[in-house]
Amino acid sequence: MRSSLPLFPEQASTFAERVDALYYYLLSVSGFFVLLIFALIFYFAVKYRRRSEGEQTPPILGSIPLEVAWIVIPFILVMIMFVWGASLYFTAFSPPANAMEIFVIGKQWMWKVQHPEGRREIDELHVPVGYPVKLTITSQDVIHSFYIPAFRIKMDAVPGRYTSIWFEASKTGTFHLFCAEYCGTAHAGMGGRVVVMKPSEYEQWLRTGAPEESLVAAGGRLFQQLGCSGCHSQNSIARAPLLDGVYGKPVPLQSGQVVLADESYIRDSILLPQKDVVAGYAPVMPSFQGRISEEELMQIIAYIRFLGEEGPEPRKTTR
Amino acid sequence: MSPTIAIPREHYLNVSYGVKSWLFTTDHKRIALLYLTTITLLFFVGGAAAVLMRLELMTPQGDLVQSETYNKLFTIHGVIMIFFFLIPSIPAVLGNFLIPIMIGARDLAFPRLNLASWYLFTLGSIFAIVVSVMGGVDTGWTFYTPYSSTYTNSYVVPTIVGIFVAGFSTILTGLNFIVTIHTMRAPGLTWFRLPLFVWAHYATSMIIILGTPVIAITLSLVALERLFGVGIFDPALGGDPILFQHLFWFYSHPAVYIMVLPAMGVVSELITAFSRKRIFGYSFMAFSLIAIAVIGFFVWGHHMFVSGQSVYASMIFSFLSMVVAIPSAVKVFNWTATLYKGSVSYQSPMLYALGFIGLFTIGGLTGLFLASLGIDIHVTDTYFVIAHFHYIMVGGSVMGYLGGIHYWFPKITGRMYPEGWAKFSALIIFAGFNLTFFPQFLLGYLGMPRRYHFYPEEFQVLNVMSSAGASILGLGYVVPLIYLIWAMRYAAPAGPNPWGATGLEWQTSSPPPTHNFEETPVVTQEVYAYGMPEEDLKDGR
Repeated sequence: MRSSLPLFPEQASTFAERVDALYYYLLSVSGFFVLLIFALIFYFAVKYRRRSEGEQTPPILGSIPLEVAWIVIPFILVMIMFVWGASLYFTAFSPPANAMEIFVIGKQWMWKVQHPEGRREIDELHVPVGYPVKLTITSQDVIHSFYIPAFRIKMDAVPGRYTSIWFEASKTGTFHLFCAEYCGTAHAGMGGRVVVMKPSEYEQWLRTGAPEESLVAAGGRLFQQLGCSGCHSQNSIARAPLLDGVYGKPVPLQSGQVVLADESYIRDSILLPQKDVVAGYAPVMPSFQGRISEEELMQIIAYIRFLGEEGPEPRKTTR
Repeated sequence: MSPTIAIPREHYLNVSYGVKSWLFTTDHKRIALLYLTTITLLFFVGGAAAVLMRLELMTPQGDLVQSETYNKLFTIHGVIMIFFFLIPSIPAVLGNFLIPIMIGARDLAFPRLNLASWYLFTLGSIFAIVVSVMGGVDTGWTFYTPYSSTYTNSYVVPTIVGIFVAGFSTILTGLNFIVTIHTMRAPGLTWFRLPLFVWAHYATSMIIILGTPVIAITLSLVALERLFGVGIFDPALGGDPILFQHLFWFYSHPAVYIMVLPAMGVVSELITAFSRKRIFGYSFMAFSLIAIAVIGFFVWGHHMFVSGQSVYASMIFSFLSMVVAIPSAVKVFNWTATLYKGSVSYQSPMLYALGFIGLFTIGGLTGLFLASLGIDIHVTDTYFVIAHFHYIMVGGSVMGYLGGIHYWFPKITGRMYPEGWAKFSALIIFAGFNLTFFPQFLLGYLGMPRRYHFYPEEFQVLNVMSSAGASILGLGYVVPLIYLIWAMRYAAPAGPNPWGATGLEWQTSSPPPTHNFEETPVVTQEVYAYGMPEEDLKDGR
């Protein structure tokens, strides 16, 4: 049971401990300066209170050494804040290679979550304790923000692009899940809970509920159904780049640029195929804008990524 | 000071009477009073929205108003308080009244433009008020796309028109100040003899004329997308919603400095006057204002650390946000050092000034938490942010504004406000303010997101504390409204220089004549010439 007047949030991820350590550093620096300024003001205001109307004050104009001191010392202290904070920030956006990936889609006003094995949930996120989890996040309407205070992580869900952040839950339990970016009428109700389970319980949880195909399987099925495989395959007549092993690799474009084939690139290639045409290919691919949902996009991306991991060595895409 | 103090026979308030003499005036002092009336009204409208929000948040359930209503309340509170109260507050009222007098001029450089600015401002604020009455707007004052441009069906465009029009008023006022300060200073009044109040308004005016056009363009683009479906910000139309945030904060972060630099100017005047001492480190004080204005233009991305912006961009913005804290720290240290060996008296303007230093220090230091990347991931878009910027804008700007209103009240009206009441309200504002907003830091770190109509039960105690504080704070704002209105008419005459302060504004009568000075003053020394023998002071006049 939570206390009725909590003053400090629960610490339920490895990141939370590190954020709190930095927070304590800032609290002590701030506390020191607040006390210093308040003490000086009180002391001066009392000691030098006006005793008579005609009092003269000394013509003190300033002091260069003092000015230098109160520029340099605070500067050093804030640079520590900067470097420390930046290193945490880098950590939060550099998931370990073995992180399991969970897809999150925000919409007015719910969170839709897909686990790689195919289990889906709404306004809840079940994760195993002690495992790194990478969230890949997008929105199908306005901007939302996926926020788990107990983990000290938050990431905006932006329509039209993918964002990501990762965490490793450090204790089991149930924690708040909020939407932190104002998104319309029921913004305050857009949230739910994060359930951190023992790995064995998580395995069990994944298997309960209606059996669903895994993301990769669903993506593969869509790849056939939507006709992608008609062109993007070894034995097709139409010439389209093969997608085996393309994920995570640099792709040379018709424009001469080279882009990294990440989630956003694949997404753009499906919805806005004329935007980044691969070098050596004609811009003939039709747009799937409006014909494919955010969930399906994430499934296809999962499938293309799977091709990257499992597929044959990438074939030369240039002539 | 003569033993019998009287109001001068003729002054700017009694040269002419009637509504027309006010609506067609080009006297900067009368225009300042027009602004004072308008923004006071708007302050209480914006305040009423806050009262309803705090009432709603007394209970976790969201049982007082509907979610739509709550969302409109915080939007109208933000829009009115920021665009129609804080931004014009000190510049348009105190700046308008005082800058020409402080530099020994007869008026601003463009008196008719000054009047036009007030009309534009009033027109803009009418849009804001009419929108609230007609049904409101629910985007938050930040107008984030694509919610504002595509999804909401509230009155976005009329609100934008209001802000757009009022923006021109701000730009013209800034322009007027810059030209006035450059060209109309009295003989002998060199840049480094200027009051810091004037420096602060100069820096503010620079931000205004460089930044405000950007918000006008940005909001116009939102209107364009909303009305005609031109794809600029909505990804479904091929736009980029993050672009909006860049453009919006490119103005709206410097806008924070538009709100707080003038208050810093006021506080420098108050601290020197009530400790009868020269300002400590004048040139550091002047240049720190300029430094804040310049660096403040390059920190906007710190509002976007979890928006998906590049990690490296975030690092640069974090670094610069840390750097911009330094000139603010310099100011706090210099104000504190000014008290050293001063002759400190505690009249109510000084209470406001000391309150400003304390609250601004807390507000500034908590800004470092938000500038620090690792912590910002957790606290951005929570009540921590709300608490932080209210410490800056209410604890800072509003305290500065009220301190200034009290300090120059005798100059503006010729009469002295009731000191006892003023001290009482300064103290309850300070107490009520802290009770309202300090618990919000705790709420924010606990993880309560901002703009929540209802919330989990464990946040209730802190929310009730905050609402209790808000009722004290509200009382603190109503009391001065009453006694200041009373004092305008009935209080005892104050005389030309009731505080024994230096500065040209105290060398003319209270209230001043229409053209401010009987003869153009000649300046022979620095502005804060405290601690000089009396004879020297007289020679300086």
